[in-house]
Amino acid sequence: MHELTLVEGIRTIVEDHARTQHFARVLVLRLEIGRFAGVEKQALHFAWDEGMRGSPAAGAVLEIIDLPGQAMCIDCDQVVQIDDRFDPCPLCGGERLLPQGGDEMRIKNMEVV
Amino acid sequence: MCSVCGCGDTVRVGDLDLSHADAHRFGLAHHHHGLGPAGLSVPGLTQSRLIEVETAILSKNDAIATENRHILTALGVLTLNLVSSPGSGKTTLLCKTITALGDAPLAVIEGDQQTSHDADRIRATGAPAIQINTGKGCHLDAQMVAAAINDLRPRTGSYLFIENVGNLVCPAAFDLGEDAKVAILSVTEGEDKPLKYPDMFTAASLALLTKTDLAPHCDADLSAYEANLRRVNPTIEILRLSSRTGDGMDAWLAWLRARLAAKGAT
Repeated sequence: MHELTLVEGIRTIVEDHARTQHFARVLVLRLEIGRFAGVEKQALHFAWDEGMRGSPAAGAVLEIIDLPGQAMCIDCDQVVQIDDRFDPCPLCGGERLLPQGGDEMRIKNMEVV
Repeated sequence: MCSVCGCGDTVRVGDLDLSHADAHRFGLAHHHHGLGPAGLSVPGLTQSRLIEVETAILSKNDAIATENRHILTALGVLTLNLVSSPGSGKTTLLCKTITALGDAPLAVIEGDQQTSHDADRIRATGAPAIQINTGKGCHLDAQMVAAAINDLRPRTGSYLFIENVGNLVCPAAFDLGEDAKVAILSVTEGEDKPLKYPDMFTAASLALLTKTDLAPHCDADLSAYEANLRRVNPTIEILRLSSRTGDGMDAWLAWLRARLAAKGAT
């Protein structure tokens, strides 16, 4: 979707932390991205190098951790894990599922010097 | 002499005596110089450290959106984020809605990449409107809306309509501080649109199925639209209407008035 905007958001958070936690450079940055977050990982990697140039995270390795998709099944009233947005409920086969998690876009941690 | 610790010119690396310069040139760790990125080791400290961040990437946007929501709720303003594809008829629907609401106080924030055409159309109805041009941006964000609220100063108990950039992808991820997203889906767009762009229809509380007067001309199956909307969002409310003929406008106006009344009661 708007991967460059996301990279800019990450950059702001990195710069804030660099100031308050006193580090010069980020070596590795780990993101947690939910399956339903609508983030195109390839596009995020593509925007990464350009978007981080001149920041403490320039040249840093971007690691993306996938988080599973979660949904509430209206038919059997259970929270279930699903891989695809349109998968039926793995418990009852119902097709009325409300996504409940999996839209996360979070910086988990950073290795810094 | 080494500038880090002031030691001599020769260093011992394993069995070898090397000059400081050679030890660095060959990348060999020797007493105070580590092999890590800092090229320096200090007793008791490792060179890289792990910082737990656990912060949402859009946390800055979300914080501003929360502040917007706080301000608007305090004023009892019902704020709706209107989202759709380009060309679904958002602005036409808004103009008709404003006219139909008569004297009810309201204001409009218009988002487009370029031009002030939409805000001009809204102002022609007599309603105050602010145009935001996002330039290259594909969505409105909470900061833009905060600035617009500051300029518009919505009245207590009024409606605030935010017409987002026509785009069914990006605006889904950006909270603006609204009470609800209203997705506008015109019947010329294809019954499978909710399946193709599920995020937006999942995020919306209400879907307006518009241009229903055109349905017979393009063989649109309205119940298939509704089934697909419910497939991606089982709890979505759906209203059918035509801005052109006015069919279904009453139900939409009743929805608006009920939401505004509920907002005032909180």
